Formats: sequence, C-alpha cells, structure tokens
Amino acid sequence: MADVLVVAEAAEGKLKKTTHSAVTFARQAAAALGGTYSILVIGSGVDAAATEAATLGAAKVLVAQDGSLGVYLAERYAPVVAEVAKARGIAVVVGTASGYGKDLLPRVAARLDAGYASDITGLVTEGSSLKYRRPMFAGNAFGLCSVATPIQVVSVRQSAFAAADASGAQSPVEQVAVARPGAAAERVEFVSFDQVKSTRPELAEAKVVVSGGRALKEKFNQVIDPLADVLGAAVGASRAACDAGYAPGDLQVGQTGKIVAPQLYVAVGISGAIQHLAGMKGSKVIVAINKDADAPIFQVADYGLVADLFTAVPELTKQIQASRG
Amino acid sequence: MKILVALKRVADPDNANKVKIPPSGDRIDTAGLEWKPNPFDEYALEAALRLTEDGKAPKARAGEVVVVTFGPKETEQTLRAALATGADRAIRVDVTDDKLDGALVARALKALVEREKPDVVLMGKQAVDGDSNQVGQSLAELLDWPMATFAATIQEEQGALLVGREVDGGVAVLRVRLPAVVTVDLRIVAPTSVYSLKTARTHKYNDGVRFAALPAIMASKKKPLAEVKLADLTADSGLKVQYHGFEPPPARKAGIKVKDVADLVARLKNEAKVL
Ligand SMILES: Cc1cc2nc3c(=O)[nH]c(=O)nc-3n(C[C@H](O)[C@H](O)[C@H](O)COP(=O)(O)OP(=O)(O)OC[C@H]3O[C@@H](n4cnc5c(N)ncnc54)[C@H](O)[C@@H]3O)c2cc1C
Ligand SMILES: Nc1ncnc2c1ncn2[C@@H]1O[C@H](COP(=O)(O)O)[C@@H](O)[C@H]1O
Repeated sequence: MADVLVVAEAAEGKLKKTTHSAVTFARQAAAALGGTYSILVIGSGVDAAATEAATLGAAKVLVAQDGSLGVYLAERYAPVVAEVAKARGIAVVVGTASGYGKDLLPRVAARLDAGYASDITGLVTEGSSLKYRRPMFAGNAFGLCSVATPIQVVSVRQSAFAAADASGAQSPVEQVAVARPGAAAERVEFVSFDQVKSTRPELAEAKVVVSGGRALKEKFNQVIDPLADVLGAAVGASRAACDAGYAPGDLQVGQTGKIVAPQLYVAVGISGAIQHLAGMKGSKVIVAINKDADAPIFQVADYGLVADLFTAVPELTKQIQASRG
Repeated sequence: MKILVALKRVADPDNANKVKIPPSGDRIDTAGLEWKPNPFDEYALEAALRLTEDGKAPKARAGEVVVVTFGPKETEQTLRAALATGADRAIRVDVTDDKLDGALVARALKALVEREKPDVVLMGKQAVDGDSNQVGQSLAELLDWPMATFAATIQEEQGALLVGREVDGGVAVLRVRLPAVVTVDLRIVAPTSVYSLKTARTHKYNDGVRFAALPAIMASKKKPLAEVKLADLTADSGLKVQYHGFEPPPARKAGIKVKDVADLVARLKNEAKVL
C-alpha cells in the first residue's frame, strides 16, 4: 500500500485554499507511488468543506466531525490524523506549511514516530522513491532529503505548489471515528482569536503584492493602500514595519512571516534584509522603490527606482490608473 | 517556576547569503561565518528570564532557568553567554549537527525533561539554519504536554500560561496548564510581551534581549555547565530525515534601474507585461 493522505485546512466551515497546494503534491506523490490520495477534513460543521474537498479528485474524502474539534487545537487534531494514517496504511501524510500546518504536522509526525520534511518546495521522484527539495538558511541553500520511516510526514510551501483545480468527478465522502486525544488535550484551552479583517486577497494567494517597510512610518496605509487598490494587490510589510506597528504582524513577509511568490512584487521603502528576501525572492517580477541606490533590495529587483517613496508611489498609483484609462 | 530553554548556535544568520555549496554538492559550507545563537532561542531565553523575575529586580531570579544545547565542545561558548545574561545552569549534549535531526533532538530533549522536570520548556519556533520548525511541537507530543507555538505574548497565571500566538489572520490566545512547551516568535521580546506573576503589568521592558554586564560575564564562568552524552538520553540515535545533496538557490538575473515613474510603468506594461 502506498497511499497519500492530505490533511485539509478548514476555517469557518469552508475549505482553505492552502489545501489545494497539498493536493497538488498528493497527485504527484500518489502517481509516483502507484497509489491513491484521500483528503481528511477535521472539525465540527465542516460538511461544506468536505463537499468542496470532494471536487479535488481524491479517492475518498474522510471527515472527522465532533463538537470537541470545533476550534483547532493541535492536541486534539494530531491524534485524529495519526489514527487515520495508521488505520489506513498511509505512506505519506501531507499538509501545507501555513500557520496551521506548521503547528499540527510535526506533532502528527512525532505521534507516528515518523520523519518530517517541512516546507518543501519540490518533489523529486525516481521510480517510487520520493525525495524532497527544501529551502534552508533563509532560502540561500536547498537540501534534497528523503524520509526513512515507513510513514512520512511532509509540509509543502504553498507558493511552490500551484493550487489543484477541480477534477470534475465527485469523491465519495466517508465519516471516520474520532480518535481519543491524550492527556495534553485536557490542559489546553482556546481563549480567543483576534482576527485582522481585510477585504484584500490573501497574501499567500495574491497575484500582486505591494509591501511597505519601515520608511513609511505612520503613512503606511495612506501611501500603500491606493497603490494596492489599483493593482488589486495584497498588502505585505517588512518586519520593521510590523514591529513599529505601522502594519499588523500577520502581514509580515519573510523567512519568519509569509512566503509569497506573486507575478508582481512591489517593495516600497524596504532595505532588503536577507530575512525579507527569503520570503519574496521567488516572485516573478520584483519592483523596488528605495531612495538609497545601494539598498540590497536592488540586487533582486528586476526594476529598481531610486526615489523618495512619498512622491514616487502616489505618482506611480496615478500613472497606472491613467494607463488603464 | 523552572524553565528549560533549548538554545542552538547557528552560522551568522545576517550573512546567510554567504554560505557556499561546493561543486560536489555534498554539504553547505559556512566557513568564515561567525557562530551566533539562533535568534529565536535568544528570544526564548529572554522570555524565560522575564518569566522568572520581578521586572524591577531582574537579578533576583524567582525560579530557575536551565539552558541546553546539542553541539560540540565549542558550543559551550554559546552556553556561557546565556549564563552571563542570566541563566542559572547549562547542559551540553555532546554531538555534532550532522548527527542530528529534529526528531532526534526532540527524543533526547524528552529524556532531559524527564530528568530535569521543568514547568515549562521554552525554545525558538525554528532554528534559522535548517529552518525546520518542528522540535517544539514534536517534543510536546512525545511528552503528551500541551503546547503554544509561535508565541508573541506570554502572561503567567497560577499554574498556567496565557499565550498569544501569531497565526494566519491574527492572534489566537491559548491557555496552557503547566507543564507545557512554548515556542516563541519575533515579537516575544517587545516591551510589554511577557509578564510573570510578580512583574507589574505596568512594567515596560527594553525592546529586544538584554545584554550581559561585564561582571556577569566573569561570574558566569563559575556557573555550572554539565556535559551529557547523547547515548545517556536515547538509545536510538538514528536519523529519520537524510540529506542527499545541496544546491544553491536559482540565480535571479540582474535587473535594471529605471529612469523615473513613467519609465517604470512603461516597462511593467510592455516588457514585463504585468499591468
Ligand atoms: C530572526 C529574525 C527573523 C527575521 N524575519 C524577518 C522577516 O520574516 N521579514 C522581514 O521583513 N524581516 C525579518 N527580519 C528583520 C530584518 O533583518 C530587517 O531588520 C527588516 O527586514 C528591515 O525592515 P525594513 O527594510 O522595513 O527597514 P530598514 O532596514 O530600516 O529599511 C528601510 C529602507 O527604507 C529606505 N527609505 C527610507 N526613507 C525612504 C524614502 N523616503 N523613500 C524611499 N526609501 C526610503 C531606506 O533607504 C532603507 O533601505 C528578521 C530578523 C531576525 C533577526
Ligand atoms: N542542536 C540543537 N541544540 C539545542 N536546541 C535545538 C537544537 N536544534 C533545535 N533546537 C531547538 O529547537 C527549536 C526548533 O528548531 P528546528 O525544529 O530545528 O527549526 C530551536 O529554536 C531550538 O530551540
């Protein structure tokens, strides 16, 4: 048996787009292994998410529903994933390296006594052997690794695996038993979720990202938002801009924030520290606007504009608008 | 409160673009780069110090902070530096990086936790050389302990920690009853991020980690530093993840500087075709 299990991510009853990247991996891995892939949806009130998952070409959609799974807690979800993987003789468990996947999957791996290859950007197959390419040292080196345990656990970088599209067929949906959690689950309690609401596209999925740095100060939104609006872009930020409170923390792009690889990335008033580059170097076209001609961001930019951002960005916004008539 | 902090030394992360990969591709060469503590682990240590003190009198430690590293003899320097900033005791598990993977570190840490019986294990969310982001979560599972990963705030409560976690789309707050594992994110060292029961909520820390004063550096030489053999912690020293080779990242071709905004718009439209 050499089947793949995709751990879906659901929020507010709906399937998150992160899931589709893991499915893309699963299609490649299952093909190499000569097996099939299933998608596991966990939660409470996740029928809609399961129905959506059923469009993604899986052999089965497995649903673990229980009141105790209504809010995500790794201590409760990990046993569910591990139990399904064991019971069904799964060879590879995969999820996406979103905040959710990064929290959950290493716990799953430990529970299964499995090796874990995290945040991979490529799958290299040779017959039925799977090797994983993963970035290290803030993306300054890539390692090719394999996992030596009977069950392997993998998380994929969302920007490196294109979202799978619907297959046409409907997968059968099957309810599965919910494994009993360990003692850890009794000692953790969800208190609250302070959500940053935004009507913009999600950073990791956007085709265009406009990011601002420390230089923007209190004018962050005043300068960045209009440009993002004309470009239909997601807004990102450097760590310095987040730390100073000019932008919310979850917009941070970089080694320790979100990894993005849009068609167009515009870096405004960002110096280009190595940790920032790690999060956006994979973008197709990079534009940098910085008043310092020697700023390291220009080393990765396809188009660099040496200018004061406070005049250049409003001008750019105006001209893009005009060019579109 | 007794806290165990896992601390790894890494090749200078601010110069990670200077790592080299030999043509054979058999390793990542960090020669010439200085060793630094993994920044997230430094933050974990700072959080541990804040949790075991009254912010006003940081020298009177309310509890114990034990730092542990897995590494060769030279990593004792990293441990000494941690002792100088305020940790009470250090443990070095003798092993080299190439003989470790995240699962093995977690396995060995579990045995160490069973010996040391800390109330909290604090560590960085990821080591910025391997960028794996797994040891904390794996350790929590092996111990069957609750965890709070990617912590941006920690507030001590009676027998518990209230932790604000950086997640996609905002901040999620968890309460974990002790003992527990907490992994920290960048903003844990902001001025109002960590409070022990003793520290007044009005207290503001300096932004970032504290530095050791010269007398403390001298005094740290007398603090206990123990060496432990990996084999004493786990009989199974096998690696679950094996590396077969390394490559440099794909090179980006050099870009150009545009004349002005009009030039930029024209090129984005006609050349790059992204508008
Ligand atoms: C463990 C660790 C993890 C990290 N992770 C991340 C991460 O994930 N993401 C991240 O971004 N950073 C990260 N960092 C921080 C990183 O090292 C840098 O400190 C940060 O990216 C700098 O942000 P910045 O470019 O906005 O600020 P600065 O470095 O201060 O740069 C500001 C830039 O604005 C330019 N400027 C100023 N005024 C103007 C003007 N009027 N017009 C045009 N240009 C102007 C300046 O020339 C300068 O280049 C991390 C650091 C550590 C230690
Ligand atoms: N060799 C090591 N010595 C001490 N701590 C380590 C070591 N490797 C990993 N850790 C700890 O585990 C955390 C996560 O590391 P990783 O899962 O490798 O990204 C780090 O921030 C450290 O606190």
